[in-house]
Amino acid sequence: MSVELLFWDGCPSHPRALAELRAAMADLGLDPSTIAVREIHTQAEATLEQFVGSPTIRIDGVDVQPPVQEPFGLTCRVYHRRDGLISPTPDPADVRDALRTTAQTATTERR
Amino acid sequence: MTAIGDHVPTFALPDTEGITHEPGDAPATVVVFTCNHCPYALAWHDRIVAVARDYADHGVRVLAINSNDAERYPRDSPQAMSARVERGDFDSVPYLRDESQEVARAYDAKTTPDVFVLDANGLLRYRGAPDADHDYPAQNAAFVRAALDAVLAGRDPDQPQTPPVGCSIKWKT
Repeated sequence: MSVELLFWDGCPSHPRALAELRAAMADLGLDPSTIAVREIHTQAEATLEQFVGSPTIRIDGVDVQPPVQEPFGLTCRVYHRRDGLISPTPDPADVRDALRTTAQTATTERR
Repeated sequence: MTAIGDHVPTFALPDTEGITHEPGDAPATVVVFTCNHCPYALAWHDRIVAVARDYADHGVRVLAINSNDAERYPRDSPQAMSARVERGDFDSVPYLRDESQEVARAYDAKTTPDVFVLDANGLLRYRGAPDADHDYPAQNAAFVRAALDAVLAGRDPDQPQTPPVGCSIKWKT
């Protein structure tokens, strides 16, 4: 399973997102040291990577909260938490669910 | 850069209906640099509006200013600002456009949000974040409320400055 965190340094949210991602992986018995952390520096990179904002977390290439018609660019990303509140980081429960689902699918496919 | 206790620069900026607003004639004024596209500004927004509502009876004014470059960030366009006001997002808080970015530069605003509390004499009495955590509404803009309570009581705020937290102001290039 590949876990990526993409960030833009102009937005201060990635340390919290990374800490919550690491905690979620540890909770599920996954190795947080395998997270690939990549910085997006330019608009061209953002377009190439289909980066809609910082932070973006992808598990096996799938966004933990898939964006809907968001332009690619260097910006802070707006997330909606399960309680309806707006946040600069994804709901840890969404991250955990995405990790669990992907891990279970991988286990099933190996059988 | 304006320091705590200094006179802040005066300004006159239009709201989304073209009406000009400026600080002054209030026992305290909250100037908050904010915007439409930043999750920090959005997360803290209702708490700022609640401050305006809760302190209105004390004569406190709250002015929200959007200084971002709307060419690079179209969600901060005047049209998008008007849409939020028409939706009722700002209640009674005027949402001002700082097209030239001169006010943001004069205040040395760093982020959205970045909050400045002025006293009746136009002296800066608090500058920084609304409260300690954008993700917890129960924080209730505690830093701003504490500063206002102090100013209204004629005291110095116990915590006159905190680091502003949020998205950087989007300067024109």
